[in-house]
Amino acid sequence: MNRVPAELRYTQTHEWVRVEDDGTVVIGITDHAQAQLGELVFADLPDVGVKVNASDEVCVIESVKAASDVYSPLSGKILEVNEDLEESPSLVNSDPYGDGWLYKMDPADPDELSELLDADDYSHYMEEDED
Amino acid sequence: MPKKTVLHPIHLAHNAVMLDFAGWEMPLHYGSQIEEHHHVRQNAGIFDVSHMGIIDIQGRDAKAALQYLLTNNVEKLTEPGQALYTCLLNTAGGVLDDLMVYYIAPEVYRLVVNAATTEKDLAWITQNSANFSIEIVPKRHLAMMAVQGPEARQKVGRAFPVLNEPIQALRPFHFFQHGEYFIARTGYTGEDGLEVIVPNEEANPFWSLCEQEGVFPCGLGARDTLRLEAGFNLYGQDMDESVTPLESNLAWTVAFEPSNRLFIGRDACEKAKAEGFLPKLIGLILLQKGVCRRHQAVLVDGVKVGEVTSGSFSPTLKQAIALARVSEVSAEYSVDIRGKSHPAKVTPLPFVRGAKK
Repeated sequence: MNRVPAELRYTQTHEWVRVEDDGTVVIGITDHAQAQLGELVFADLPDVGVKVNASDEVCVIESVKAASDVYSPLSGKILEVNEDLEESPSLVNSDPYGDGWLYKMDPADPDELSELLDADDYSHYMEEDED
Repeated sequence: MPKKTVLHPIHLAHNAVMLDFAGWEMPLHYGSQIEEHHHVRQNAGIFDVSHMGIIDIQGRDAKAALQYLLTNNVEKLTEPGQALYTCLLNTAGGVLDDLMVYYIAPEVYRLVVNAATTEKDLAWITQNSANFSIEIVPKRHLAMMAVQGPEARQKVGRAFPVLNEPIQALRPFHFFQHGEYFIARTGYTGEDGLEVIVPNEEANPFWSLCEQEGVFPCGLGARDTLRLEAGFNLYGQDMDESVTPLESNLAWTVAFEPSNRLFIGRDACEKAKAEGFLPKLIGLILLQKGVCRRHQAVLVDGVKVGEVTSGSFSPTLKQAIALARVSEVSAEYSVDIRGKSHPAKVTPLPFVRGAKK
């Protein structure tokens, strides 16, 4: 069974968002998403400093099987990307909610956060998605 | 309903991720495709390839019929126990299939063909051999497994002591039969190894005994990255009925000599040869991070000259590799990946050479 940590927010496109104490957010893909994709071999991450809108395609991650788009859950400015993925993209598989994070951003609109799914909603959504 | 091989229960017991391949439910991987790939390059892995078609051609005209049907010349098989790789063409020279021919006995040959093309091949062979006295026998009660890797022959020999001596003595592109077992030193990974055909009821015990010797179960995912590293074409992807073998890096499978051997597609192949082998299939290594995929455009100076036919990440080289069909010869190409141009280097095939045989 794929893990869905209670403290995170989620999208229907299988990204997660963690709000840090300073108000910035960390974004990655869910355990379910990494399991569906298979072993990652490359992550094409956004440029730091770029401003993006919610639902924009911000990165492409490539597994042995196929390429897959990652959509930004929120609008805002990219503050940092996970440089460790350059050498070890498989961190996304082994630790999707920890060392396998993708990028950090400064969210432009706090209201957008409340539109995301909570862990319960995402779990239900995932079950329906699988049927 | 997809078809299932006799090894299907073993795949499920190993928690394989299954996929539909040419109408068969087959294992994609058993947990880690990359780990399975490395097992074959470094040690030994076993693949279920029972979905492939096995067709025996027997009768007085068996050799003559195959000389007419196939691009390679079965006359090269001088004694039973030898194997040959060849293409099967339509009259326009388009590749209907690529296959292995095994010379079992005078007047008996065995063809191993692709899963997706088995029925098409049977119909084609039947239709085009009416003037020959042969019997075409699809062998549907047989299972086939590939045991591949530098340790493969040693491990199979340990699992089956009675077979050990002939397995160690077996030369590449040769085979032998022991009772109902058919054991060939052939494969699709670029490594040493065996392809084994057994009656359906023997497949599970064979697989289990190999596993007990440390042979690692491998799925079609690893099979695909291994064959691509080895520079082997995948039928339906790197070639199909729209191209000749000469446009598919398979000119070596077309035996133009002797010049009086008439085979289906000969005229088209001679024409392609005279026109200089273009377009052609080449190997590319991506010089930057990224992964190239099938159908991405291949460019010279920003102009499209072809496309990727197979592209993946090479677990051995840790770089993206591709087969691409191009209509222009150049020292440098680039691949258009999502609108960005990535430089790629032309590389002689194979990308990865197996352990010394």
